[in-house]
Amino acid sequence: MNDRFANAWALLPGYLSQHVVLSAAAMALGLVVSLALVVAAVRSARVRWPVLAFASLIQTVPSLALLALFYPLLLALSGLADGVFGVGFSALGFLPSLLALALYSMLPVIRNGVAGILNIDPAVIEAARGVGMTDWQRLWRVELPLAAPLLMAGIRTAAVWVIGTATLSTPVGQVSLGNYIFSGLQLQDWVSVLFGCIAAAVLALVVDQLLGVIETGLARRSRPRVAAGVAALAVGIAVAALPLGRGAAASYVVGGKNFSEQFILVDLMTARIAEAGGAAVQRTGLGSAVVFAALASGDIDVYVDYSGTLWANVMRRTDVPRREPMLEELRAWLAEEHGVVMLGSLGFENAYGLAMRRDRAEQLGIATIADLAAHASELSMGGDLEFFSRPEWAALRSAYGLAFASRREFEPTFMYRAVEGGEVDVISAFTSDGRIAANDLLVLADPAGAILPYDAIVLIARKRANDDVLRRALAPLIGAIPLALMQEANYRVDRERDKETPAATARWLENEIAARGN
Amino acid sequence: MTGAGEGRGQPIVELSSVTRAFGSMVAVRDVDLSVWPREFLVILGESGSGKTTLLKMINRLQPPDSGDVLIEGRPTGAVVEHELRRHIGYVFQRVGLFPHMTVAENIAVTPRLLGWSEESVRARVDELLALVNLPAEMAPRLPAALSGGQRQRVGVARALAARPKIMLMDEPFGALDPVTRDSLGSEYRQLHERMGLVTVMVTHDVLEALLLADRIVVMRAGAIVASGTPHEMMNDPRDAEVRKLMDMPRRQMTRVAAMLDDARRP
Repeated sequence: MNDRFANAWALLPGYLSQHVVLSAAAMALGLVVSLALVVAAVRSARVRWPVLAFASLIQTVPSLALLALFYPLLLALSGLADGVFGVGFSALGFLPSLLALALYSMLPVIRNGVAGILNIDPAVIEAARGVGMTDWQRLWRVELPLAAPLLMAGIRTAAVWVIGTATLSTPVGQVSLGNYIFSGLQLQDWVSVLFGCIAAAVLALVVDQLLGVIETGLARRSRPRVAAGVAALAVGIAVAALPLGRGAAASYVVGGKNFSEQFILVDLMTARIAEAGGAAVQRTGLGSAVVFAALASGDIDVYVDYSGTLWANVMRRTDVPRREPMLEELRAWLAEEHGVVMLGSLGFENAYGLAMRRDRAEQLGIATIADLAAHASELSMGGDLEFFSRPEWAALRSAYGLAFASRREFEPTFMYRAVEGGEVDVISAFTSDGRIAANDLLVLADPAGAILPYDAIVLIARKRANDDVLRRALAPLIGAIPLALMQEANYRVDRERDKETPAATARWLENEIAARGN
Repeated sequence: MTGAGEGRGQPIVELSSVTRAFGSMVAVRDVDLSVWPREFLVILGESGSGKTTLLKMINRLQPPDSGDVLIEGRPTGAVVEHELRRHIGYVFQRVGLFPHMTVAENIAVTPRLLGWSEESVRARVDELLALVNLPAEMAPRLPAALSGGQRQRVGVARALAARPKIMLMDEPFGALDPVTRDSLGSEYRQLHERMGLVTVMVTHDVLEALLLADRIVVMRAGAIVASGTPHEMMNDPRDAEVRKLMDMPRRQMTRVAAMLDDARRP
């Protein structure tokens, strides 16, 4: 517990600093655009309706989807820029988060700004015209000052939203306080989840209070109060931005998806690169759809993916080949289409499988999915939240004619408890999951070859294809992690008692690999 | 003090066959009007007669649909609007003081727009506070802290700040209590004299028109139906409706006079 807290605390400066800089930049950009739209909307009733409708529409898009949508969009733009000007830009992390959050901040600012200006006494507007102000002078000297308190209230709302929503930028590769939450949820590390939530909440409250000082300062027309609020905010942002300058030395970017095994492997690869004399930063918790695109475009340098995932989701193949020919075809395709180097397989598979308690399986005489099919009508099946909608399930059903008496969906932790307690007889399982060995579960064989092979493979970006440091660091890992070892490593992180951090587990794993290699 | 100014050289303000419509409603129809140097002209009319629209055509708050407006012989359409307005004082019933500015800042608005030095702005504010009979302590206050009469004094000071030659006043004292209205009206009339202004004032108050004007024009349904000095209006109105209009204060005065006579009898 103390260990976890200390671990979370150590990560705070980096996460907080990125979170603050991202939120501040998004607010600044959002404000500039919003204020321009406010001016256009108050000057023309014809513009007003579409502007307000557009801002409201953005709010109806789920924020996570909004963030995720910007990645492919920017990737396409970057490709276009690269083609036209010969200069691309990184579509991962900061930029998509910035744009999505800036859009997200707009509604309260626009709504309050428009209301604030339109609610000004018409006599005051007539006086402003009567004394000979131009439209701009009227805006700066009369309309904006009078709308300022209401506008500030909108800015406060927007700031709180942006700081909260910025936690969702982790899956598109932007480090934020959301890294605590995403990794914590995945690793069942509630200290980390709570730490992230509390940090984001405290940040939002502090910023809200400071903006509140500015707001009351504007309402009371107290310049010192406004200046104090602005100065405190500026100092806060400047202090938060300080650690950013120091991270510039890192040269390699190690990417990872959002589950325990990936966190361990990212820590393992980072440690290996450091030992080989390189410096690496991590982009963890990336969405499955984002991570390959990030590698292909060079936003990350290396990560571990699974052959079946690439086969089905990236190559969009629907056939199910055998293991070796599939890896060879994949290697050739990756090199040809994306210049991506497949360094090799780590030595284990993390496939979907069906698992039963060993005693129950033996009692029923089940060793393969074909055996299972004969008993399925008396058995109940539990799956994780997405299993029943995945192609693997459809493939299994059609290959073996599986028809269970009942089926239920579970969050993974509860799914393992359910099979342990006999509430369900069969569960969907990832084959490298440590709980399979720990709970003495049997993964049923797939004689028909219905499920795609999911070999864990190390992928390297085009620009690092011949990088010595990377090859020296990672080559010893190829073929060095058998399934049982990965299962044990995963179990150290996933178990409910004596949980270890991914970093500690990565160190353990590295020692194990070294010991076995000798 | 007879004021009709024909034959006193060039008119300061000249409207010729101006028309202004709002949709299908014609507010002002083909009106000609000249205002002469040092003249105090009152436009008298019921609400909806078009008098406010006519007034606002002079500083182009309501540009005419057709016809010409000339200030000192130059068409207003040829001048940038805000430049035009900076040189014409404008006072209206709802005052429209800027609520976020102090009294001094409100008065200083137009001089600052014209780029006066801070020194001359400050001197001008002091001068104007005295001119409209407001104590100097009022300068740092916000409009919300003032009475209705004080606010309109600031309104008049703000309009006079950049030393305009022309003052446009749209029922400026209409919202004030009768005592304040009377004293502000006569104080303003003295300012008009002293500063040699041209004033065009709109009102529906016949007595106010009679007491302040050099010349009265009566508007009805977007047109001028009568024009003359207060004396001519009282004694020789050619128009039957205008006669009825002028009879009203006359009747009131006769009754008040009778009451005074009664009171004097032992």
